[in-house]
Amino acid sequence: MSAYWKKNQQRLAPWLFLAPGIFMFLMYVIIPIFQSVNISFYAWDGLGEREWVGAGNYVELMDDEAFYTSLKNNVLWLVLYMLAIPAGLFVALFLNQTVRGIRIYKSLFFFPFVISQVVVGLVFSWFYDPKYGLLNIFLTSLGFEAIPVLADETWVTYGIIAAGLWPQTAYCMILYLTGLNAVDPEQIEAARLDNAKGFKLLWYVVLPQLKPATFIAVVVTVIGALRSFDLISIMTDGGPWGSSRVLAFYMYEQAFSEYGFRMGYGAAIAVVLFAIMMIYISVFLYKMYRDERGY
Amino acid sequence: MFPTPIARTSSGTQIAYKIALPVALVLWLLPLIAVALTSVRSAGDITAGNYWGWPTSFNLLANYTAIFENTPIGKYILNSFKVTIPTVIGSVALSCMTGFALAVYKFRANLIVFFMFVAGNFVPFQILMVPVRDLTLNMGIYNTTAGLALFHIAFQTGFCTLFMRNFIKAMPFELIEAARVEGVSEIKIFWYVVLPLMKPAIAALSVLIFTFIWNDYFWATVLTQGADTQPITAGLYSLNGQWVAAWHLVSAGSIVAALPPVLMFFLMQRHFIAGLTLGAVK
Repeated sequence: MSAYWKKNQQRLAPWLFLAPGIFMFLMYVIIPIFQSVNISFYAWDGLGEREWVGAGNYVELMDDEAFYTSLKNNVLWLVLYMLAIPAGLFVALFLNQTVRGIRIYKSLFFFPFVISQVVVGLVFSWFYDPKYGLLNIFLTSLGFEAIPVLADETWVTYGIIAAGLWPQTAYCMILYLTGLNAVDPEQIEAARLDNAKGFKLLWYVVLPQLKPATFIAVVVTVIGALRSFDLISIMTDGGPWGSSRVLAFYMYEQAFSEYGFRMGYGAAIAVVLFAIMMIYISVFLYKMYRDERGY
Repeated sequence: MFPTPIARTSSGTQIAYKIALPVALVLWLLPLIAVALTSVRSAGDITAGNYWGWPTSFNLLANYTAIFENTPIGKYILNSFKVTIPTVIGSVALSCMTGFALAVYKFRANLIVFFMFVAGNFVPFQILMVPVRDLTLNMGIYNTTAGLALFHIAFQTGFCTLFMRNFIKAMPFELIEAARVEGVSEIKIFWYVVLPLMKPAIAALSVLIFTFIWNDYFWATVLTQGADTQPITAGLYSLNGQWVAAWHLVSAGSIVAALPPVLMFFLMQRHFIAGLTLGAVK
């Protein structure tokens, strides 16, 4: 036994180290993905017998108004959430100075990302309050009519996305601040000698060097947009009349809520969301694979 | 440096910048400042609609004692710690080992295992929700902090492995080679050679995971119910339902909920940012 170990330990050791991690990850992450796909072919209330319905859940989805509302909102989230990236860059450029106390400013600007989305959601629902909220005090003082943002079908999703952009911008800012730190000062000075300045300097000299930061910012922002659940649950609970739902929220609502447990249907929604996410995961993995090969 | 250092600009710009900084900060944090102010307001201010003016009286102690005396917020906080601390320890421990294995050894399945961890880490939570809830129910740990922590440990291992593996990969490999030549066993290499060098990565991951898990809301609602097991995020949501229009209490509760990760961030700022910006620089 010990002789065998001595001879083969370099071959066996990695699996020894990997075993507990792989076991946990398979049990709680990888296997459940396949189970969900499987459940999506059944009608199931979570307790009783499962009934095989084939593609029935997916067929039903095709005709489900609420599904399209959620899908549309997901697209809205994806597109508008991207604003966090230029906004983060803008804040980072603003703070990328060396005046006294700038470090404290940087950490205070980062603050919104550290606090829970539950708190962010509560703060913003209060900001949007039609009677006392700061937004509407501001609007009415300018002579406009107050907008009950979170009770208004046309505004509600934009209102929630704006709340989400606050911490997300802080996240992108910190990525860019780190990136800016590593920008080669000689290239900048050389470009300045060639009379490049302002936006052109940013676009042609600085941004290409910030590429890794931009890549990470895009990845985390896409994931953040597709994971939007907390804010919707806290600020509107999907309302008014389901108009602020996204797939992640709609799935939860179908799987267990007062409408009854429809695990199979919920799983089908989750599979659609997973398929969308898979596109991004594949792009990310492909890029990583290329980088690994480059070693 | 880009943009042009402010010290090299005209004195007018310098003054403008120094004024703009605090103004921008106040605007940026306005929602939080309002919450902090509201958490010390009296109930009278709230009913009178004085949300944004100066508080008529400062009820710091009264409001904060009130939430601890009249609500289970203390229990919620304790539950949060009971979920967060084991998760930090568990996922960091597991990923030290997986990261080591994937960074140091060359074997055929290496990249596949690594990509499994990375891909799993990006998966939408909803695709795991129903099976994980079932699994937790079947194991008899539904509605316990342990059940919630166990899932978090497993899921966070994905991100932590990515982090640890890249960190160890950047270490000088000669150290390990040298130890092998000396005949040190692989397990001892991990324990005595590599692990001591991983301290910065362990610190960075610990603060990050602490914040992520403390702020988790989705899994808290899926795997726990009620004040005996729910962490503060889910607790705050249900308290918000009870305290309709008692904004001074909601605000005080929010501040209490936000405090631990904020403290963590300020105490371990450098590690936190190093962890978060991993990969942002080539």
